[in-house]
Amino acid sequence: MTVRRTTAFSAAGLVLTRDLRLAVRRPSQLIQPLAFFAVVALLFPLGYTPELGKLRAIAPGVLWVGALLASMLALESLFREDASDGTLEQFVVCGQPLVALMAAKTLAHWLLTGLPLTLMAPVLGIALGVPVEAMPGILFSLLLGTVTLSLIGAVGAGLTLGVRRGGVLLSLLTLPLAVPVLVFGARATELAISGESLMGPLYLLGALAVLGITLAPLAAAAAVRIGLE
Amino acid sequence: MNWTWFHRLGSPPHIYRIAGTLTPWFAWPAGLLIVAALYGGLVLAPPDYQQGEGFRILYVHAPSAWLAVMIYGVMASAAAVGLIWRMKVAHAVAASCAGVGAWFTAVSLVTGMLWGKPMWGTYWVWDPRLTAQLILFILYLGYMGLRAGIDDLGRADRASAVLAIVGVVNIPIIRYSVEWWNSIHQAPSVMKMDRPSMPLDMLAPLLMMLLGFTLYFAAILLVRLRAEILRRERTASWIREVLR
Amino acid sequence: MSEFFAMDGYAIFLWPAYLVTLIAILANVMLARRAHAEAKQEARRRFAIEDEGSSP
Repeated sequence: MTVRRTTAFSAAGLVLTRDLRLAVRRPSQLIQPLAFFAVVALLFPLGYTPELGKLRAIAPGVLWVGALLASMLALESLFREDASDGTLEQFVVCGQPLVALMAAKTLAHWLLTGLPLTLMAPVLGIALGVPVEAMPGILFSLLLGTVTLSLIGAVGAGLTLGVRRGGVLLSLLTLPLAVPVLVFGARATELAISGESLMGPLYLLGALAVLGITLAPLAAAAAVRIGLE
Repeated sequence: MNWTWFHRLGSPPHIYRIAGTLTPWFAWPAGLLIVAALYGGLVLAPPDYQQGEGFRILYVHAPSAWLAVMIYGVMASAAAVGLIWRMKVAHAVAASCAGVGAWFTAVSLVTGMLWGKPMWGTYWVWDPRLTAQLILFILYLGYMGLRAGIDDLGRADRASAVLAIVGVVNIPIIRYSVEWWNSIHQAPSVMKMDRPSMPLDMLAPLLMMLLGFTLYFAAILLVRLRAEILRRERTASWIREVLR
Repeated sequence: MSEFFAMDGYAIFLWPAYLVTLIAILANVMLARRAHAEAKQEARRRFAIEDEGSSP
């Protein structure tokens, strides 16, 4: 019989599949951010104006702020249960690099919120008067931007581990850090709606995502380690 | 290489004493410089050819804005030193910075708005500098909120240190993105502060103010640091001797 | 003199700006000194209690 050695990569894979499986078994957590996103986007026609022409002008901001807040909503539960039932402590002492496990958890968060939010955005876009031709651009920019949002959020969630009722604090920490994503993302969406080339802001979003992928898991691992001391 | 100076830097009683002796050496020059710069800025400097007497708000706005950014840098550096070398005094420095930094960020926002009214005709314009400063203010609030939210001091120190470092990586990106955003949406008019040549009688008071505010911050930091050290070293016996 | 304070019509913006800065400067001096004084007092009180406890 051969002894199977767990590499960092396969450990991360195990964490990822575990998180996904947990989410599938409890679909309410999966649906809530999406429902929140939809409600936020649909409040604008009611609160502002039903005129599609006017809504189209604010659609980029509505979509991005909505996605930002919805992705934040799901963050609170990213580490909470794992911290209370001791799973996180096992992560720290299991001998696998915590950075890889944090990256896996962040990826799971993105797959469970960022990706569904992105896929839902075009539907909401139609309700806000966004032309169908703009949808590929909106999908692409949100796809890149939500990755960074999940990465920033994981750091914030790790930092607020030791805080009782840290929900509001979590938003206060992560929202200012998410400003560049919001700026570039909303601009990309705006360009997509007006039918222009959106490669400029898309490159910038890509750069942010690369920077986040390299640095955020390190910071998240450090934060979780501190939070569990 | 002799590293004793470095180890002494980490010794609270040593720092406590040094901070006490150094404070007046920063406080008095700071006071003198600020008073002299006030005279130079309000009386001696000629009115600006575009903004008239209104430009004199510069002499309180620019130094506050400078302090706001500089203090965040000091705070993040101290936090990094504390995190890497596990130096308790460095964490005390970082903790002493946040409050002062938030104060002066608020001052730079208020003075910026008061300057904006006569120049732009409105108190608030989404000018990239003002916007970035507002985000900086929220970063300070988040830092202080995180510190206040964690009961255990050592954990609060390290968690807030990670946040400060993450923030310092982000601040240039935030500033760039805000400037980029502004260049697209074109604010009605941009305050021109970075003119190529400022006459010397205008520039000298500004430089004196900047130096004066920096020294002032150093003095405040030292006093706050002493308070912070006393609070953290509550059980240490050296405090008994110091307080004689 | 009154011309100086009028600041060519900019007085209502200029002097509040200076006042706000002055308040911040003084407030931070006061807050820092008070924090130090309170920390000292707190330490003294603790030592007093300790001394009482050790030599009754």
